[in-house]
Amino acid sequence: MASIWRYILAGLGLAALLVGIVAVVYLTLPHSASGPDLSRSKKTANGLFVASFEPERGVIRQGELQSWLLTLKTAAGAPVEGAAITVSGGMPQHNHGLPTSPQATDYLGEGRYRIDGVKFTMSGWWQLHFGISAAAGSDSVVFNIVL
Amino acid sequence: MRRLTSVACLLALAALALLSGCGEPQFSDAEKKTIASLALNTLPSLKPDTTNQYADVPAAAALGSTLFFDAGMSRHGTVSCSTCHKIDRQFQDDLPQAVGVGHTNRRTMPLAGVARNPWYFWDGRRDSLWAQALTPLENPLEQAGNRAAFAHYIKKRFGERYERIFGPLPDLSSVPANASPLGSDAEKAVWNAMPASQQDDVNRVYANIGKAIAAFERSIEPGQTRFDRFAIDLATGAKPEGDAAFSPEEVLGLKLFIGKANCVTCHNGARFTDNAFHNTGVPPVDGLPPDRGRVDAVALVEADPFNCLGKFRDGDESACRELRFMVKDGPQIMRAYKTPSLRGAADRPPYMHAGQFSTLDEVVAHYSKAPPSVEGVSEVHPLDLSDRERAALVAFLKTLSD
Repeated sequence: MASIWRYILAGLGLAALLVGIVAVVYLTLPHSASGPDLSRSKKTANGLFVASFEPERGVIRQGELQSWLLTLKTAAGAPVEGAAITVSGGMPQHNHGLPTSPQATDYLGEGRYRIDGVKFTMSGWWQLHFGISAAAGSDSVVFNIVL
Repeated sequence: MRRLTSVACLLALAALALLSGCGEPQFSDAEKKTIASLALNTLPSLKPDTTNQYADVPAAAALGSTLFFDAGMSRHGTVSCSTCHKIDRQFQDDLPQAVGVGHTNRRTMPLAGVARNPWYFWDGRRDSLWAQALTPLENPLEQAGNRAAFAHYIKKRFGERYERIFGPLPDLSSVPANASPLGSDAEKAVWNAMPASQQDDVNRVYANIGKAIAAFERSIEPGQTRFDRFAIDLATGAKPEGDAAFSPEEVLGLKLFIGKANCVTCHNGARFTDNAFHNTGVPPVDGLPPDRGRVDAVALVEADPFNCLGKFRDGDESACRELRFMVKDGPQIMRAYKTPSLRGAADRPPYMHAGQFSTLDEVVAHYSKAPPSVEGVSEVHPLDLSDRERAALVAFLKTLSD
């Protein structure tokens, strides 16, 4: 009878080994870390405006010059007209700026501004900083884009 | 009792088999996606060049090819485009620095896929293929000619062919034999004495020379390599056969290229270039003039009368967004140079903008060590690759040449 217990014990040992291996594999798998805030619409830093930032043609194409739309509303939801907008940015993890100098080129009405000359030359985490000056005051906003 | 033993043994064996079967696959889904993005079959078809209305005119390409190989297109009839861009050498010359009429300070770039560049030369001092083609013609170290002499030469040698493509040549009878705003002091003085309309006539013929050469160069495209055959099989799930199969060393090199070694950060897309400028700490060469790369090219491309915003452009200004939105200053463009394509690189040492490294091993060792830049800030960080890893990267790079 004793030998049966020995086999059961061996079986349990094997099972434990399996559990251990599975645990190690699970723990070493890459986990989706909580990355930067990827929202395309947010309040500006001091809450003066609500800014939305979208590619004009809907999709981001790596390596191509593209135009984006920055839409500015007041906190009450009214479109922001006549804003002066500065654009800067870069890749925080690579310690370099943008490969192009995007500019606000056109006002399209209803608080929408065309930001032309945006190009993402590599995959990874990009940031675009906007400085916004309008009748309500000056504020800034940062959008994160991960390719 | 025996049966129980056998069952336990079988279970254990099955578990082991299952585990080994579930072992790490050769490439993760993310790696497969990156590999697919590098394959030649993802290269889009060549876009029309609206700034050059002759870009896809066969007669223009034919004339351009004649001019490309014609040593008559130089001061002493000794140097053509093909002197440095050798047709049987990937249109480059294997030299650390190009030698035309004189010794230049930069490595000749190969031409496969050249029409796809937004910027030309290592520092991007020209913004179109046709504007690029004009630059060596008047560089005293390259073809050393001058635009008035080229206009006369075109009329004399190729007048009929030229006129069939571009329309009537201007009256050149009173144009001096030698004159250029970029020539010797004497040539500059003669140029400045010419009436503006005559300068314009000569510039127009000169621009068309560039447009014809560009039309020819548009046909030079990269060819399929072992890597592309491997990548297509990987994407379709087929087992790579014959030379499309990678050795374990080549697989390791590819994994490093798209992973730990970060090569793919800049060498991305089907041409293995992001078409941008980076300071990677490549050292200067003793004895060559000071070279600060992109930072000094910004003013040059802005001042070029043949740039996209100039009056010799065809089509409308919407084609000029690269020039319009270029980065004009800032520390990141100091000693920044264009990311070269890696297709065919293994067959064309030496490497870097002035041929600083004579082997791929030296190139990979440079990026592994990542020394600081002599001026500006290098974007690369030390990788501390092992001997085996460096050799694997070189083995992978060779699959882009076979």
